[in-house]
Parts: sequence; structure tokens; C-alpha cells
Amino acid sequence: MIKNISNLGDAAVYCDFGSDVNEKINLNVISYFNSLSKLIEERKIIGIDNIIPSYNKLIISFDLSLTNYLEIRTAILNINVDNKISNNHKNIKIPVCCDDEFGLDFNRLSDKTKLLKEEILEIYLDKEYFCYMTGFIAGMPFLGDINKDIRCDRLETPRVKVPKGAIGITEQFTNIYTFESPGGWNIIGNTPQKIFDQSNLEEPVLIKPGDKVNFYQISKEDYLNWNE
Amino acid sequence: MSNTYFEILRPGINTTVQDKGRKHMYHVGIAISGAIDQRNYKLSNKIVNNDLSEAVIEFAYQGPLLKLKNGKINFSITGDVLFKIIRKNSSDENGICYKNYILESEDQIDIISTKNTVYGYLAVSGGFELEKVWNSYSTNTKANVGSNNGKKYSIEDKIFIKNSDLQVNKAKEIHYNLPSDNVIRVIKGTNFDFFSSKAQNIFFKKEFLVTKLADRMGIRLSGHELENIVSANIKSEGLVRGVIQVPGDGNPIVMLSDHGTIGGYPKIAVVISADLDRVGQFTPGSIISFKEVSLEEAQNIFKAYTDETNRYLNECN
Repeated sequence: MIKNISNLGDAAVYCDFGSDVNEKINLNVISYFNSLSKLIEERKIIGIDNIIPSYNKLIISFDLSLTNYLEIRTAILNINVDNKISNNHKNIKIPVCCDDEFGLDFNRLSDKTKLLKEEILEIYLDKEYFCYMTGFIAGMPFLGDINKDIRCDRLETPRVKVPKGAIGITEQFTNIYTFESPGGWNIIGNTPQKIFDQSNLEEPVLIKPGDKVNFYQISKEDYLNWNE
Repeated sequence: MSNTYFEILRPGINTTVQDKGRKHMYHVGIAISGAIDQRNYKLSNKIVNNDLSEAVIEFAYQGPLLKLKNGKINFSITGDVLFKIIRKNSSDENGICYKNYILESEDQIDIISTKNTVYGYLAVSGGFELEKVWNSYSTNTKANVGSNNGKKYSIEDKIFIKNSDLQVNKAKEIHYNLPSDNVIRVIKGTNFDFFSSKAQNIFFKKEFLVTKLADRMGIRLSGHELENIVSANIKSEGLVRGVIQVPGDGNPIVMLSDHGTIGGYPKIAVVISADLDRVGQFTPGSIISFKEVSLEEAQNIFKAYTDETNRYLNECN
């Protein structure tokens, strides 16, 4: 449920679902996102430019020449949230190569967690992750929660360039860099799998909020010969 | 397929295709993009009698040097821009912004530079021959989406122009007053309370410097480090154009059209819609300040700004 609703500037509505980060709250955010998207598709609401779901917030931006804060706020408060729309989530398996040339931060992680690389990987690969949100850069999934034993803060100095395909972890989350980008997450491997495909106009993003993701390890040879 | 095109003899620093922007893609991580200065993008189209939503060429600082091939067109340039028209017989004339010109095959447009702003716009009558991606022509270089495969233009690229029968020979001109005000009006952000009362005071009373770290993603400011008394990080959440985030170092960043869709820094304020065109145009070295307005004031200011834009547009009717 929305705990607080306010304006973010003059052309966006800020819906706060609380401060906790968990699947239940996030699924509620996603349900609102889906219900609102449906209303826009059916042209029952006008003027909305974008809806941005995140862990526990939903931000709706609109065109101030077509509508205003009070109108959109009222529309949101009157939505009948349909939880059913959000039930078709996928299970996705992502290959990852963790050879030393891709797993850039195992030394740092071992220092912090007092675990060997093999132990960290065993714990990491053992879990199914939930996709909370997609964004920052196109298609980047924010997944969680990783086991408490392998959690670690961001790098003190972020990298200027994290390679495309890098798998990162920080705090309770793990992500995939869909583009080369600056970034401060601990890098444990790299996937040859295309996560964002701009040529696929219908489904450019492989992993969407609500989806479940498992990682499995592949050899360097498989990585180099990967063919989708 | 048209045979009329611009050959790029010099690409300029950051030359892209822009329009109103790409909507409904934030949830996959693709920001709105679009012209940084929406008003000047519309005016450039209007002067050549285009639909206001036609794609235009946006350039920053040094613009492109373009040679027209196989056709005759009508074009306009808006913004605060120094440019020349070089005719095929080598004679040249200094261009004036906010009016239209005829360009013949083998003539060149040399967009030398913007003057006291960052971005300028070039529109051609009939528009460019491009395809929309997710309902927008805008080039998004961060996601490699949109016109020119989501990349800025390079030397020897060609920009095709739709076949236009050039009925718009009538001279058109807008008497545009370039804004000179360096006060940006904002509404308090959702994390305004994260900042000490001293920092809140500084934010509204002192001046900030636009640093060199300024591009289509955002502009970083310096001058006063804003003290955060709660936390320098929030759980990552959505961003919109105009949000002013303050990272741990205390220096504000204003989000522009190509910003990351999600951010984890506290939001001290949000630029009002009416001032977005202006805030994106500040060059590094500019001194700016912020003034708080209420939501209601912001809505009224936006209405007045829209009316003013319409008055400019109507000069071309």
C-alpha cells in the first residue's frame, strides 16, 4: 500500500511504499505499475509520460501542459490495483564465467567475508534471485537478496569503466552491467548473455521486475563460444 | 527514399537527432532524452513550417559543417549560435538565428559555435528522413537507441532529408529574446530535510558554479558543499529531469534529459518545468542560484512560459 504520496517537482508524483526493501513491498509497487500502465494503454488516464518503479517507490512523471499533480494524484489513489496482472513472471537462467579475468574483486571479497573464492561462488550460485527493478542504465536488473555471509559494501573508489556483462554485488543486491559504465559494485564474473537488446522492439529487456534469476557457472571456452 | 542529404564534413562536438523525447521507457532504464531546450527545438521547426514534433539536429558548443547534396531546402537555426552559409561559388554570409534560409545543392552550413549557451537546433523544411524507435527520433547515446543507431554523428555520415517540394519560400522570422536570468526556480525535493538548516539556507541564498562536468546527462555544480545530517545515500529510486541530487561530497547535480533512470542520492530540490530549457543551457563557468517556489506558483509560471512560447510560435503564422 502507498504510505505517502507527494509531489516531486511540478511534473511528477512520488508514491512512497515505506522504507523496507522486500519482495512483498516491491510486488505491490509492480502491481501499481502494471495497473497504471494498463490504464494508460486503455487511454483512461492522459498526460503521463513515464512510470518508474523501484524497490519501494513509484514515481510518475507527467506533462504539465496536459494534466497536473492533483489530477494524477487522485487517479492513483482511485486505482483498483489488480495483483493478477503481475503474476506472469519468468524464471531466467543466466550463464556466468568467473575466471580471474572476469571476477575482478574476489580478493577484496575474500578479505571482507573471510571466505575463499570457491566458497563465495557456491553460496552465490545456490540462490534464486528476485528482480526488484530495472534501470540506471538500459536493462540493468537489480536483483536480491544475496546471502548475508557474502554481503559487502561498494568499492571505496568506483571504477571508471565496468565492462559490459559484468556481474556485480553490493550489500544485499546483485546486478548485471548491460553497458560499459562507471560503477562501484564488486565484480565477480561476466555473462555472455545479451540482457538488453535494442533491436528487439517488443521485449528489449530480458529480466523484468518480478522475474526470478538463477546464475550458473560456465567455462571460459563456453563464454567465448557463446551463441544465443 | 530521398536522395537529398547533408554530408558531414565536420561532425561537431555532440551532434545528435532530437525531438520531444521518448516516453514510457524509464522502467527498462531508458530516460526521456529529447532536445535539452524544448522551446528552441519547437521554434526551429515552426520557422520552416514543420510539424512541431519533427526531428531536428541538436548540436553543442562547436556544431557541424554540413554540405547539402542533391536538392534544395529551407532551413532554420535557433539558439544563440554563430554560423555561416557558404555558397557553392565560395561566397559566404553570416547566418542569423530564428529566420529561414534557402540552401542549394553543394552549399554548406558552417555552425561555428554556440555563444553564451550550450545547445542549438537545426531544422529543415519537411524534416529528416529517419525512423522512430519507441515512438521517438531522439538519439540516446547512453542506450544506443534511436536515430543514427543511438550514436552521435561522425565525419562522413549522411543525414537524409525527406523530399520536400519547397513551398515554404516565404521568409519567416521570430524576434526572440535570449534569456539572461541566472536564477533557477525550484520546488523542495523529497529529501530536503536530509540537509542541515545551514545547508538549506546556503542552497537558496548562495550562488553555485556550473562546472565542466556538464553534458546531456546532467550538470555538476560547485561552490558550497551542502551538509547532509541524515544519510548521503537513499535506497535507489526513480529520477526525473530537473531533480537536483546531492551525493556524499555535498556538490549538487542537476539531472538533464539523458540522466540515469535510477539514483541513490538525496533529492534536495527539483527544477520547475518552466526553467528546464534554461537550466540545460548554462555553460561551464556560469554562476547560478536557486529560488524556492510553491507547486501552485510553479504551475502558474509554466502557464505563462507556455503562453510566451506560443506567442513566439505565432510570429510565424
